[in-house]
Amino acid sequence: MKLELGYINIKDIVFGSESKISHGVLTVNKNAVKDLVLEDELIADVSFDVAKPGESVRITPVKDVIEPRVKVEGKGGVFPGWLSGVETVGSGKTYCLKGMAVVTAGKIVGFQEGIIDMSGIGAKYTPFSTLNNFVVVCSPVKNVKQHDYEKAVRIAGFKVASYLAKLSRELTPDSTEIYETCGIKEGIEKYPNLPRVAYVQMLQSQGLLHDTYVYGVDAKKTLSTIMCPTEVMDGAIVSGNCVSACDKNPTYVHMNNPVIHDLFAEHGKTLNFVCHIITNENVYLADKQRSSDWTAKMCRLLDLDGIILSQEGFGNPDADLIMNCKKIEAEGVKTVIITDEYAGRDGKSQSLADSDPAADAVVTAGNANELIKLPAMDKVIGTLDFVNSIAGGGENSLQEDGSIEIEIQAITGATNEAGFGYLSAR
Amino acid sequence: MAKYKVVHYINQFFANIGGEEKADIPPELRDGEIIGPGMAFKAAFGDEVEIVATIVCGDSYFNENLEQCIKLIPDMVKKYDADLFIAGPAFNAGRYGVACGSVCDAVHNILHIPVLTGMYEENPGADLYKSSFPIVSTKNSAVGMRDAVAKMSSVALKILKGEKLGPAATEGLLETDIRTNLFEETRGSKRAVDMLLKKLSGDKFETEYPMPSFDGVNPSPQLEDASKAKIALVTSGGIVPKGNPDHIESSSAQKFGEYDISGVTDLTEETYETAHGGYDPVYANEDADRVLPVDVLRDFEKEGRIGELHNKYYSTVGNGTAVANAKKFASEIAKNLIADGVQAVILTST
Repeated sequence: MKLELGYINIKDIVFGSESKISHGVLTVNKNAVKDLVLEDELIADVSFDVAKPGESVRITPVKDVIEPRVKVEGKGGVFPGWLSGVETVGSGKTYCLKGMAVVTAGKIVGFQEGIIDMSGIGAKYTPFSTLNNFVVVCSPVKNVKQHDYEKAVRIAGFKVASYLAKLSRELTPDSTEIYETCGIKEGIEKYPNLPRVAYVQMLQSQGLLHDTYVYGVDAKKTLSTIMCPTEVMDGAIVSGNCVSACDKNPTYVHMNNPVIHDLFAEHGKTLNFVCHIITNENVYLADKQRSSDWTAKMCRLLDLDGIILSQEGFGNPDADLIMNCKKIEAEGVKTVIITDEYAGRDGKSQSLADSDPAADAVVTAGNANELIKLPAMDKVIGTLDFVNSIAGGGENSLQEDGSIEIEIQAITGATNEAGFGYLSAR
Repeated sequence: MAKYKVVHYINQFFANIGGEEKADIPPELRDGEIIGPGMAFKAAFGDEVEIVATIVCGDSYFNENLEQCIKLIPDMVKKYDADLFIAGPAFNAGRYGVACGSVCDAVHNILHIPVLTGMYEENPGADLYKSSFPIVSTKNSAVGMRDAVAKMSSVALKILKGEKLGPAATEGLLETDIRTNLFEETRGSKRAVDMLLKKLSGDKFETEYPMPSFDGVNPSPQLEDASKAKIALVTSGGIVPKGNPDHIESSSAQKFGEYDISGVTDLTEETYETAHGGYDPVYANEDADRVLPVDVLRDFEKEGRIGELHNKYYSTVGNGTAVANAKKFASEIAKNLIADGVQAVILTST
């Protein structure tokens, strides 16, 4: 399957009377996007703002980050199961608005949303501080159930992203990348001497607002399965996840999955990138056993030589991580894990809830308990009302001068376990 | 700009007073003096830092009068309002290393100022204190003075300027189990691909997180006859008499409680509750038997299905509690249970 990504670089975002993209400047008609978001009767009000790299701006509480993309050629549409049908995506041509993101903000749960600082020390910890962020701040109607409202905000983000991406349809991309994988037999014939490698991605599916969706299907209700690595580039997997901000995969990370991109970079050179295997992280033991059995079985059936395994979240999913690793290694498939750590604020505790000697190759995205002092910002998009209660915060996190002392757990993407960031620990 | 103030601690040998024969001299405060290795530190620090005093003490005296020294020396340091306390370096001198470690620990705990020392990795002071404060890794003898001073002064400047120290290996500190964050040159996914390629080709690779070995506990054999056994209840679910008399912490417990349940047949909302902060306490507080099944075991006792329920139960909170503490609690609880003739335990968690 072959997918061509056309990159349209967005250098600035402004508001104006007509939505358009011209010379790298995205102009947005506020009323048009407002009407779009308010189509959902659970959203009472919405406001929009723009946050640019280097500005003294703090966005919080952050729900999701999304890259605007539109399918311009080939089967299906971006965000299958949500905004498009469920036709298989990942082939043809897709345009992406690079250098920007749609960020959804506003209270949902109140304790597992995140912070994005556009400057200062906090900006170093979130990968989204380098983007021009179009922020959608929603507020719900009264008496809405949290999970219904999460869905409303999730879809609002996709709709805004899709609306903006469609403005690029007639443009010529600034650059183009082609991603192509082959069938099993074709790959063996084409690269007889290269190790056969796959990416095993554990999707957050603990439930109760810790959810991920694949083509619109709740990942809790899926069996481990195989995807073509280009499918996620068209939004096949999306986040509906309110777990700690530092190590959840926002939809932006699914679309730009770094493991998939870095494996493609080596594809046909040092390895043969066979496929993307997805599995879940349900809380019941039987589900954990079944799902990890299935990933190990698939690794064996595909005659893989090695895999990269990433988890999403911490604590309970550590058990799935170790089960997957042990079983896949036991099939003779070399495994490298990507995780983050919860070693305590002093770094002295055991980092994971489970361990096994088979997990001898681990990449860590850092200790999420590390305390950080974020300076006050001139402007806050959203509200600071929940800073003390979000995961990583405490009753004294928010200081009178607007600075925040908090665990990096609260920073969106700080310890991303797909390896999206540069933070690590020793 | 005002200079940072440092107080320096050295032993009699490095103060040029003498060797073993002078190891019994008590602590002396040399106000405004810079002595021995202090001269090298002064040169390395340049204009930014001033060593305002040096404290000299004999190694034997320190170790034989430990309690006195760890009170007296912080007292001497106090009036200088120092920004940092440096001891040593001690290299592989055992008593000197222990003295440097204990004096740093005392100054840190009493005066709440940063402390720094340096020693050889096998110095007995190293294992005692390397997890408590930064200890620069030095060679095993004073031949390594130049190197030790260079490393210690660089770490000292970072501490003085409020910069965060990187991982031990990067800073030249003794390695500990303490996890420290750092930013890498390449992103995590790329590091994973590189590590996998090495692992596939059989090349050496270095894991970023060596897995700790978790203790496995083999279950004891089944009871031969439960109807004759004395059975105890132990829980990490935090069930305590109402009001939590021992103040067991809701997270990261520092203690466990032992409670008498002679004559108690049912835990009620009025009499028991949970101290645990890691789960929704509503149902445990409504009926603590849900976590600590005293009611059911009293029934079993009556029906003759168990010999008897032990008249004491043990409780702690498993929420974020360090393994080291859990192990310590368990060995004390087990000792008591064995002494009381208990044959089996039902351990409930949440």
